[in-house]
Amino acid sequence: MAGVVGRGLPAMGRPALLLLVMCAAGAQGLYFHIGETEKRCFIEEIPDETMVIGNYRTQMWDKQKEVFLPSTPGLGMHVEVKDPDGKVVLSRQYGSEGRFTFTSHTPGEHQICLHSNSTRMALFAGGKLRVHLDIQVGEHANNYPEIAAKDKLTELQLRARQLLDQVEQIQKEQDYQRYREERFRLTSESTNQRVLWWSIAQTVILILTGIWQMRHLKSFFEAKKLV
Amino acid sequence: MPLPGSAQRWAAAAGSWGCWLLALLLLLVTGPGGASEITFELPDNAKQCFYEDIAQGTKCTLEFQVITGGHYDVDCRLEDPDGKVLYKEMKKQYDSFTFTASKNGTYKFCFSNEFSTFTHKTVYFDFQVGEDPPLFPSENRVSALTQMESACVSIHEALKSVIDYQTHFRLREAQGRSRAEDLNTRVAYWSVGEALILLVVSIGQVFLLKSFFSDKRTTTTRVGS
Repeated sequence: MAGVVGRGLPAMGRPALLLLVMCAAGAQGLYFHIGETEKRCFIEEIPDETMVIGNYRTQMWDKQKEVFLPSTPGLGMHVEVKDPDGKVVLSRQYGSEGRFTFTSHTPGEHQICLHSNSTRMALFAGGKLRVHLDIQVGEHANNYPEIAAKDKLTELQLRARQLLDQVEQIQKEQDYQRYREERFRLTSESTNQRVLWWSIAQTVILILTGIWQMRHLKSFFEAKKLV
Repeated sequence: MPLPGSAQRWAAAAGSWGCWLLALLLLLVTGPGGASEITFELPDNAKQCFYEDIAQGTKCTLEFQVITGGHYDVDCRLEDPDGKVLYKEMKKQYDSFTFTASKNGTYKFCFSNEFSTFTHKTVYFDFQVGEDPPLFPSENRVSALTQMESACVSIHEALKSVIDYQTHFRLREAQGRSRAEDLNTRVAYWSVGEALILLVVSIGQVFLLKSFFSDKRTTTTRVGS
């Protein structure tokens, strides 16, 4: 959004642009607090070939002023993304403000873990970190004004493009749903089989141990001349 | 399209005032909108809180669902900037709460698993603040939408609700699947365990019985004689 507005802007427009940028920066609305070596993990269950974009911004707690500093250079966050099989897809160090992107190649639960690697927090004891996080998946990750500018689309064409992306997302999700339902069905059938075989096996074990018990005891009592 | 010199200057000036107006409008009236959809793991005896700065008058919706873990329930609490509790529910599996922000400030919502001793839960929540950001910078949003555009908008809204239903269906299916997989493992362990117990008990019974008769025989002979 800021890119389209900023093109060829006169000097008067720059503060307005700054305001807009601040507004957009504040749009990374949701935030949470994280401790020094604490690791926070988020799960994204996505179909394959889906792009995920994550934006984060960190602020450090200043104990003296009892306020969160607007931005702290030198503060780093380590981002690790694992695919459903546990394989690491992305493992990188970013600055205090960062943006990470990955595309899924297998459908399933991807795990995004963030932790701070900063040793500076030890200096400000009782270090708390405020992390603003925004994760966009699939068609939400598309930046439509950028696409409009790049492909030179009219408003109607852009809207059609957005609808096409949404429908594609729905189709991918439906395919993933079919794959999941198959897994669920296999699990249920396996449970069914296991219960069946187990009940048969238990009955057989019961009968066999009963027979063995009686024969053993009979031979024992005969040996002891009680029968 | 290149404009003549004076028109260009006029357009630039109008553009800059437009930027100011737009920025001001955005900051005062709507505020940044959007949705945050997050799935996270809540360890046992833990509480996790999320915060968001919301402008007054914004309509917000918080929806959450527990996907895996224990009895699939969690405590949820939503507070406004003054600490007043807007929503508080204990041990809920799924709920949706809509409210309009009565004042500017930081709203806080927390999920708590403090009542559970050893099961950790996976919780999904979707926090929608205001409307989604518009598709365009809206520099020329003065004219009304044409029929085609409003058709596109209604299709977009319908598709958004399809995607929303799909998400909830996926979560319910994940919940069902998690229960089925738990059942499967439990049946496997239990059947092996029970077979072993059966064997141990039946063999033990026989040997215990034999040991009774071994002792009793000496006493019986003593009594008999």
